[in-house]
Parts: sequence; structure tokens; C-alpha cells
Amino acid sequence: MINSLFLINPSGEIFLEKHWKSVVSRSVCDYFLEAKEKALEPEDVPPVIHTPHHYLISIYRDKLFFLSVIQTEVPPLFVIEFLHRIAEMIQDYFGECSETVVKDHMVMVYELLEEMLDNGFPLATESNVLKEMIRPPTILRSVVNTLTGTSNVGDTLPTGQLSTIPWRRAGVRYTNNEAYFDVVEEIDAILDQSGTTVFAEIQGVVEACVKLSGMPDLTLSFMNPCLLDDVSFHPCVRYKLWESERVLSFIPPDGNFTLMTYHVNAQNLVAIPVYVKQSISFFECGSDGRLDVTVGPKQTMGKTVEGVMVTVHLPKTILSINLTATQGSYTYDNGTKLLVWDIGKLNPQKLPNLRGSLSLQAGAPKPEENPSLNIDLKIQQLAISGLKVNRLDMFGEKYKPFKGVKYITKAGKFQVRT
Amino acid sequence: MEWANQLCENRQFGSKMTDSKYFTTTKKGEIFELKAELNSDKKEKKKEAVKKVIASMTVGKDVSALFPDVVNCMQTDNLELKKLVYLYLMNYAKSQPDMAIMAVNTFVKDCEDPNPLIRALAVRTMGCIRVDKITEYLCEPLRKCLKDEDPYVRKTAAVCVAKLHDINAQLVEDQGFLDTLKDLISDSNPMVVANAVAALSEIAESHPNSNLLDLNPQSINKLLTALNECTEWGQIFILDCLANYTPRDDRESQSICERVTPRLSHANSAVVLSAVKVLMKFMEMLPKDLDYYGTLLKKLAPPLVTLLSAEPELQYVALRNINLIVQKRPEILKHEMKVFFVKYNDPIYVKLEKLDIMIRLASQANIAQVLAELKEYATEVDVDFVRKAVRAIGRCAIKVEQSAERCVSTLLDLIQTKVNYVVQEAIVVIKDIFRKYPNKYESVIATLCENLDSLDEPEARAAMIWIVGEYAERIDNADELLESFLEGFHDESTQVQLQLLTAIVKLFLKKPTETQELVQQVLSLATQDSDNPDLRDRGYIYWRLLSTDPVAAKEVVLAEKPLISEETDLIEPTLLEELICHIGTLASVYHKPPSAFVEGSRGVMHKRLPARTGSGEGTECPDVGNAAGGSAPESAPSIIPSQGDLLGDLLNLDLAPPTTTGPTPSTSGMQMGGMDLLGGGLDSLLGGDIGGSPAMGAGFGAAPAVMPTSLNAPVGGGLGDLFDLGGGVGMPMGAYIPPKTVWLPAMKAKGLEISGTFARRAGVIQMELVLTNKAMSVMTDFAIQFNRNSFGLAPAGPLQVLTPLGPNQTIEVSLPLSTVGPVMKMDPLNNLQVAVKNNIDVFYFSCQYPISMLFVEDGKMERQVFLATWKDIPNDNESQFQIQDCHLNSEAASNKLQGSNIFTIAKRTVEGQEMLYMSIKLSNGIWVLAELKVQAGNPNYTISLKCRAPEVSQCVFQCYEAVLKN
Repeated sequence: MINSLFLINPSGEIFLEKHWKSVVSRSVCDYFLEAKEKALEPEDVPPVIHTPHHYLISIYRDKLFFLSVIQTEVPPLFVIEFLHRIAEMIQDYFGECSETVVKDHMVMVYELLEEMLDNGFPLATESNVLKEMIRPPTILRSVVNTLTGTSNVGDTLPTGQLSTIPWRRAGVRYTNNEAYFDVVEEIDAILDQSGTTVFAEIQGVVEACVKLSGMPDLTLSFMNPCLLDDVSFHPCVRYKLWESERVLSFIPPDGNFTLMTYHVNAQNLVAIPVYVKQSISFFECGSDGRLDVTVGPKQTMGKTVEGVMVTVHLPKTILSINLTATQGSYTYDNGTKLLVWDIGKLNPQKLPNLRGSLSLQAGAPKPEENPSLNIDLKIQQLAISGLKVNRLDMFGEKYKPFKGVKYITKAGKFQVRT
Repeated sequence: MEWANQLCENRQFGSKMTDSKYFTTTKKGEIFELKAELNSDKKEKKKEAVKKVIASMTVGKDVSALFPDVVNCMQTDNLELKKLVYLYLMNYAKSQPDMAIMAVNTFVKDCEDPNPLIRALAVRTMGCIRVDKITEYLCEPLRKCLKDEDPYVRKTAAVCVAKLHDINAQLVEDQGFLDTLKDLISDSNPMVVANAVAALSEIAESHPNSNLLDLNPQSINKLLTALNECTEWGQIFILDCLANYTPRDDRESQSICERVTPRLSHANSAVVLSAVKVLMKFMEMLPKDLDYYGTLLKKLAPPLVTLLSAEPELQYVALRNINLIVQKRPEILKHEMKVFFVKYNDPIYVKLEKLDIMIRLASQANIAQVLAELKEYATEVDVDFVRKAVRAIGRCAIKVEQSAERCVSTLLDLIQTKVNYVVQEAIVVIKDIFRKYPNKYESVIATLCENLDSLDEPEARAAMIWIVGEYAERIDNADELLESFLEGFHDESTQVQLQLLTAIVKLFLKKPTETQELVQQVLSLATQDSDNPDLRDRGYIYWRLLSTDPVAAKEVVLAEKPLISEETDLIEPTLLEELICHIGTLASVYHKPPSAFVEGSRGVMHKRLPARTGSGEGTECPDVGNAAGGSAPESAPSIIPSQGDLLGDLLNLDLAPPTTTGPTPSTSGMQMGGMDLLGGGLDSLLGGDIGGSPAMGAGFGAAPAVMPTSLNAPVGGGLGDLFDLGGGVGMPMGAYIPPKTVWLPAMKAKGLEISGTFARRAGVIQMELVLTNKAMSVMTDFAIQFNRNSFGLAPAGPLQVLTPLGPNQTIEVSLPLSTVGPVMKMDPLNNLQVAVKNNIDVFYFSCQYPISMLFVEDGKMERQVFLATWKDIPNDNESQFQIQDCHLNSEAASNKLQGSNIFTIAKRTVEGQEMLYMSIKLSNGIWVLAELKVQAGNPNYTISLKCRAPEVSQCVFQCYEAVLKN
């Protein structure tokens, strides 16, 4: 199982180490740092590294490397999932996951890590269980603690730890009982030069914020559940009922959680909300090129497309650019050759356009690669797959909760090739 | 006043409120200050001080000096303070074992606490303190906690057994904890069950042959029930455990599959992949015509696709596993090609894996799409990726015949871009296309030749040279082209040199009149000016062939080559089956069986997919038995080696790489033919010179070191000299073979006398036996068997005594041994108990083998790895020995040792002493590191051995002594 954890910042400095079995010298990280040196980008460091006596499994997240050391045959996905869980825990407790935050709360992070893993076996990873054992810091509580000498560590057995619903604690009370669901869909797509869809799919997620007293039992149903190709559920969802009746029946965790994620990859169902007309060309001789990009709405189901942004990694040999945008503004970083055009809302009457000239470094040959465009966008009040929540019913409690559903569509990995 | 002071102080704490303040105290006397604070009367100050200590510890500062002071804070009713002290204890107890004893009483007391949280905490922490003395005290509390009324305590105690086992396995067995742990599998609480399974699985890993997880339908049922109710992590443990079970029949298999399928919808990807493993394995038992089989196949695709939208690290592991799954059952993902299309901002490791799978899924139906994608990738920025994309186009051409033409034209387009590395890759793959479709695309040779000058990578140069040699008759200026390469012959890599040699010989055989000079030039370069044994050997073979019998030479060198088959880089079927059983593990990421790379996991059971067994005869269809293993010869695709191996191999005839010994009927047949042809030809060609030494034939494919000794007579101009020279320089001597001793005296075995010895020849361990019949009657029906032994030695074949052994007859037999037999530690370690049977009786004897025969040929460690390993192995594992009266200098010693696969890695001289650093790898993967001290003029050597398994040291030392003194 997991032996040790090292947190490493992008410059290769180890700022936290935790060992759950015998201590592994931090020199083991040298193998990782070597691989990191070789990689062009931090994202490119291979996640599994074999050293003579250990395996190093790492993730790169929030600009930090979470590196675990293992010695025996362990499922790597188990380790990677767990590392993500640690990052989420830090985020959850301290509002963000960064080197500063970890250093500021070093002892609490250490205590938390100790609670999360015992001898390398996961112990308590549910946020509500952890929070019962180690209370998250608030300004007020730190002051009170220092004045009164009380501690952050709970001394009762966390109720969720052993019940068959470990995700929910007992005795939840709210004055306002409310349950909100956000259906968020991301479009992953690759379009080719001519605008034809090479590949498209929708990654959907239903995020919930449930603040309900007692032990509510909820049932959420969709108008068109047959759309969903593959679903993954929070452990609270009763799978049998989904199989037989296509409804989500569950006793929810308290607070924010991801109820389900789903997948729509039937190509004809994936509407592409914008089109992009582009040309990036370089002249055969001379050292100039032109860029011309226009973005327009396509299948938007009558909604407005907002937050549109186009990102291009220009070839390394570009010296300077001179562009004009008819809408929004663009920024260009000559160091990273990253061009970002922030358009904002799409107006179907007047299509935004960015055009101008690119100059290459003197003597540089015509670039070999064709840069891809990365598109960002957002559509409020629309799930692009057409998924709709039908109704939400609550059993087991008497009060009447506030309910709400919100839809939003975003671009995921949405790329246009040139 | 004091109250006011304290408040003031607390305010100070309150004002900063973060832990970063603990890092600011770097001034001298920090430890001293902390000591004072730890001993303070004020509770709050104490806690703050412990926090500071922990903070220092987490960033790697050494605060072990504070041990007694921190332990003093342990007796407290403040849970947070207690936990903090425990954290400290776990970290430093090992370095202060005597002090750690001080803590024992508190632990024992806490294990009786009314609060289950405290009980669990105490037993959990105690298990983490890896001090022998403490573990003795742990047993009683642990026994109680395993039977605690509170499940929280029980599940913590279950893990504690695994910890204790790690520290002292014997103790755990003696105390009967394993049985208690097994009982917990039937616990009423699913979390306890999951932890018990996890603990048992971990323990089982170090006891491969123990039957710890004795799975039967009842326990399986309990696990399946717990599966639905335990945490996500528990589900992973249970699923991995289920995967080790072999259902009795297809019905049971189906019912398990049905209960596991819902796990495919879990949000945790590790749960999903473990479920996939169980399903992939148990599916094997289902009849293919069953409706459920089809349903299951359909259910597997979506979760695998979904894994690809997760974080890149998860994608990577998923892709490595999908790579196995599509090889085993391509039908699952055959319609999902598009999800493997590469996004330009995928990390490189994801891109490369996706590309691999795209090729595997490529078929006539989707080849157009795939090619369009690959062409797109070939213009990307990342060089490694572009290269692989170009290769992929070549692989498509070979795999999907209908697309070959399009692929070739795509490759030509890419060559026109003149991007150097693209051109080189394209040439490498075009060579394979020529091999696959002879006489079809040779019209492009002219275009290829235009790019000759830009090739600077060995593989591309070698490929181009191969093409020129192979099609020499169609290339007008082939001789000029090859001659241009010849100028810098000695600066070329071996690959290119070998290829150039072969190509020029081919050219000569095709156009003998114009190229005589060229061929002489290359032969002399290869044989006389090169110190590369492969090159020299190949040069001499050609030379002799050409000078003795040009017709035969033509038959050999220009023989028709076997076609390469469609599928490339396939994993050999038995390995694939094993890997399918290891889906989701490290083995699946590395595509190697766990025994090959998990350290010390000798004797790991090789997992196999279950065979299909019907519960009722009626349901079984007639051809089921045939398809059961999945490795039926007719369905097994043949394999070609990766590009690198292709060229290096002698004469391009022996095409199957040594690793893929699977059922490759067509190619292996050709390979044998090739060898025979050569062997036969050589015998007649060289027969007189060699003097009929059998070593020539045997050693031909093996170590070149055998060659010089077998060529006894001077052969042709300067040949003998050359070989002599070779023998004198750097050529290691053969491995040490102890003299034969009598193992079984005739008196004890009704007239059969057995003497023998052990040897390692060309990587094969052999038991060399001399059987003498001293009885009056004929002996027949010999057979041999070994008892379980330390290194899993077992006969690799039957004892070959084909003719009856008459009275007073003697026969020498050599029995190849394998090291994959059952393992049991023997005393002494190298003891081997043997049973020999003949028509008269069964006889037993035991003998000791030199452990040096287990030293494998790839035992040379990288220097850096050596250093790290040496440091890494605890000093307790080091043992020192004296070797007396040894009169070799260090050079000779090192040469001698190398013959027995003891490799010298580095040498340094300190104050007149020479220190040699050596590494040895045993056949079961254990590494032994050695430091040999040699002092000029002193016949006594000192040797220090370091090894993770120190019990082998004594035997290794004996080998040193034997090798050096003989």
C-alpha cells in the first residue's frame, strides 16, 4: 500500500513528507526530479516511475506535485485517486490547494493525512467524517481555541465512520431546508480545418448542494434518461433503482457533492454551438504570415453564447504579431507564444473577427506545425445534450424543502485544427 | 498578573494563527527552547511546543533529541495532544527503541479505555512503532481489539495485524492472529470485512504459497455482500480479492459477474478498473453463445471510455490497461476509435498510449479516419509524438492491406516535407512495407535515395542500407551509394556496420563483376579492423562462404525472406493472459508479469485465466474446448519483433525475437530452417578447420567467447592471431564449475552410483550427472525429481537416459534446470534434495550446488543504481568475510569473477588498497552487492557483501572463494 507522500513544488523543492510505514529517505524523489527535468512541461512528467526499489506514482495538480512512494504491487489507479482525494481535502479544508496554504496549516495537514491513511490503507476519506474528527479552521475558531485551550480535534467517534451511509452524519439541522442541483455539461470536440466534427462528446456532471435536516431520502428523475451513455454515481445512489426505473434514489451527503457524472458520445446528439472560420498561413518566402479568425454561433438552441475565448499556441519562431479584433481584446505573451482572444458574448448580427499579420524571426523557415485553436465558451440555462430534470421528491422527512435546478453548458477540450 | 501574561501570550499566538510561524525559528538553541516549552506546566504552551516539533519533523528537520520530553506529554486527556505525540512517536521510536519502551504502559492502558476512538488509536499507533520490544507487548491488546465489541476498533485491529506481520511475521503466525483475521471475513460489518481482506491480501503477497485467502463459494458470497456496503477503497480490496477466485462453473461465474457489474458505475476509477478485471477474467468461463456474454461485452465499453475523460494520470493507467483489453477482446472497443483521437494539449505520455491503441483498433472500416488523424499528428510540435505517428502510418499499411497504397503515398508526402526526423522515420517504416508487400512499391526507391544524405540516425541509415542492398539490382548506382557509407565505417554504430556488411555482400552476389573490390574492403574492415565480436564473426562467416562456395553463399544470403505478418508488437498470448489477470496493477502498466519486476516476489504464482467449464453438458457447444485457452494456435496471430531487432539479426533470417517464443508456426519454422541451413553449410565449409569440435555448433548463437577456444588450428591469414588476441584481452573466462563428486554411492542405491556437478552454460543451469551401474542387472526407466528448495530449482525436462544402462556401464547425462519450481527455504540454503527412480527402486540423496550457477547474465548494475542501492540496504545486512591465500591481482580476479557473472562495476584505489565494487543478480531477482578489498602484496582479501536477503551472503562468499581459488 502507500508508503509515503511527498509534496513538491514546481521548482523541485520538497515541502512536506509523510510516511505511513517505515521512513523512506527523501532521496528517492531524485528519480522523480530527474524525470521532471527531462519533461518539457510539468504536465508531461510520467505518472508512474520505476526506481530500483520503489515505485513513484505522482499527480500534478494545482501547480503542485503529489508524489507517493510504494513498495509492493498496488493498483496505481487506487493511488492516483487517493492523491486527488488529498488535494481535494486540502481544497475543502482551507479554501485552496497551494504551497502557502499547506505551509500555513502544516500540522493540521499532517493530522489529516494521518487520519486518511493507516499503514497505507485508506481510513477516513469522506469529507464529513474527517470534519467531525478534525474541525476545519475558521478565524473565529482559532481565536476561541487559543483563548480557551479547546482543540480542533473531536473526541467522539465520527458517526459516519461505520454506518452503512458513511457519507452522512446524524443529527443535521437547518432552519432553511434547501436542495439545489446544477447540471453542468462540457463539450469535448475536435473540429478539422473545414469545420467538420472529427470527434465530439459531452461530459456531464450533476453537482448538488443539499442542506436538508434529518435523514431525507430523495428521488430525482429525468425527462429523458435514455440520453446517457455511461453514468458514474456517488456511492449514495441506489444502483438497482437506476437499472430498473432510471431514477436517482439516494440519501444525500450533507452539503456539496457530485451526485453523478455521465457521458453522451453518440455523435449526432452532440450539438456544436459555435463555428470558427480561420486561416493561419505563412508565405513561402519572406518572413510574414497572416492570421484571420471569425467566430459565430451555430446550434445554440436560441440561447446566447457568452464567455467566448480563443487560445492559440503560435509557432516558436514567431517574432511579433500585429492584430486587430473587432470585438473583445487579445493578449499575447511573446515568451510562451500564447495568444488569448477574449471575445465575451457572441452577437449573431455582428460576428467577431481577429485578423492581422504575423512576423517570423529573421531567417526562420516556414513553421512546420499547424497550431490548434482552443475554444472556451459558456451557455447559461442550457444542457446541450437536452437532458432535463423532471422532478425531485423527498421522503422520510416532513418539512417542505426549497428545490432548484440550474443548467449550464461549457466548452471542455474544444479544439479547432488549422 | 500571571493570568494577564498568559492572555498576552495567547494573543500573540492568535494574531498569527498559522503554522508558518513554526518555521521561522531557525536560530541556535532552538532545540533547547523547545525542550523548555515541552516541560512547561501550562497545557497550552505544551501543545504549541509539540506542534512546533511536529512541524519541524514534517519538513525533515531532526528533532529526535526531544524524544523523552515529547513522550512525557503523552499522558493526557487532551485527544489532540495525544494524537500529536503519537505522530512523533511513530516517526522516531525506531531510532530510540529504549526510550520507546517508556510509552508502552500508556498504550496498554489506552487499549482499555472506554472510548472506542482511544482504543482504536492506541492499537493503531502501537502497530506503527516498528520496535521489536514493543511488538511483544502489543500482542495481548491486539488480541482483545480484534474481538472488540465496536466495529471501528475491530477494523483498525485488522490492519494492525498486517503491520505486525511486516515487523515480525513469525510472531503473527505463532499468536494465531492469521486465523482471527480469517474469521473477520465473516464479520457482520462490511468495513471490517474489507479491512480484513486488505490485510490478508497484503500478508499473502509475502507468502505466495500460503493459502491465506481460502476462497470458497460461502466466503465469496460474504465478500459480494460486503462489496455493496463498504467504502470505495474497501470495494477495491474486495474486487481484487475476488479476481483470485476460480468459479466452479459458468453459472457461478455468471452470478458473480452479475453482482459485480454495478461497480462499473462507480465514481472511483480504481473501483471501475478492478471490476473490469473481475469481469474480464470470469467472462472467460462463459459460453460465447450465451446472451449474457454479449450483454456483458456491451457493458464493458462505456466505463472504459469514461475513464478517458478523467485526469491525465488516470487516463494513462486506463490506456495501458485498455491496450491489454483490446488485444484480448478487440470486440469491446471496436466502435470507439474516436475517443482515442489525440488532443493537442494531452500530456505526451497520454498521446503516445492513445496512438498505440489507435493502431490496434485500426481496421478496414475505419482506416480512412485513422490515416487522416495520423497525418494530422505528423505535423505536431512534439518530436517523439511525430515520430511515433509516422511509424503508426507504416503499421497501418502492414495491418490493413487495402490501405497500404494510401499509407505509402502519405509517407511520400511526409518525406517531401524534408523535416529531418520525419524523413528518417518514414524510411524506417517503408522498409517494413517493402518486406510485407514485395515487388509492389519499389518505384518509390528513387525518392528515398534522394534523401540519403540527410539521414543521421543509425536506424534510418541501416534501413536505407538494407533497402539499397536488397534492391541492388534495380538501383543503378547502388555500389556508389554503399561505398559512400563505407568511408566512415568505423564511426557508424554496430547496427549500421552489420547492415552495411550484409548489403555489400548482397550487392556482390548480385553484381559480382563490378564490386569485388568493395566487398573485399568491407570484409577486411569488418574482420581485421573491428573489435566488435558480432561484426567480426559475421564478417568471417561471409568471407568463408564466399571463398568456399559462392553458390551456397547466394542461397544463404539471398534466401527468400519470410513475410512479416500484419500485427506488430503484440504481447505474447500466455503473457497476455497473465496480464489480463493483473488488470489495474503495476504489472498492467509495465506489461510485465509481477514476478519479473516486483522485488523479492520470487515464487509469485503465475495467474491464468480460468478455462471454460460448463455446468451442464448440454449447454456446452462442441468447439468450446478448442477456444477455451484463447491461445489456440490457429487463432494466435504471429508476431514480428519491434523495428530495432529486425536489422541486428544475423542475415535477417532469424526473425523471431528471443522473448516471443509463443506459437508462431510460420516464422519459427523459418528460423529453424535458417539455423539449419547455416549450421549445415558451416560444417561442410569449416569442418576441417574446426576439428569437429561440438562446441562450435552449440556455441554458435551464444557467447562469442566460445568461438576462439573452438578454433584450434590456425585458419587462414592472421585469423588465429586475431582470435588469440581476442582471447587474451578482456575476454572473460568461463564460469567456474566445481569438480564432480559422488552424490549417491552404489552401496546405498542397490548398485547405482551417481556423481555429478552443476554448471551454468550460456545462461542455462545444468545438472551434469554420471550414472554408473555397478549392479549385475540392467537398469532402465530413469526419472528424477527435486524436493522444494530455496531457489525453486526444478528439472526443465525429463532425465534423458534413452538406452538401458547395462552392468558396469557409465553414462553422462546433463539435465537442464529451471528456477520456476516451488520454493522452500532450505538449510543450508543451497541444499538440494533429489529423488532418482529406476526400474529397481527410488533413491534419495542431497547435494549442495554452488550458488554461482544462479548468477544471471544481466547482473551488471548501473553505477548510479549501485550507489543508491548500497546506501539503501541497511547496514545490518552487511557481512564481511576473509578470503585467504589468494594470489591474483585485482584485474585477474575481476576477470575470473566475471566468468561466473559476478560483474565489477567500479574500481578505486585508496591508500594502496584496491576496492572493487561488484554486483550479482540471482535468478530469483535478488541483488547482491559486494566490495572486495585487495592490497598489493597481501594474499588475504576482505570482502563485504550487502543484500536485502542477508541469508544468501554465506553462500555467495563460498562462491567467491571457489571461483578465485580455482
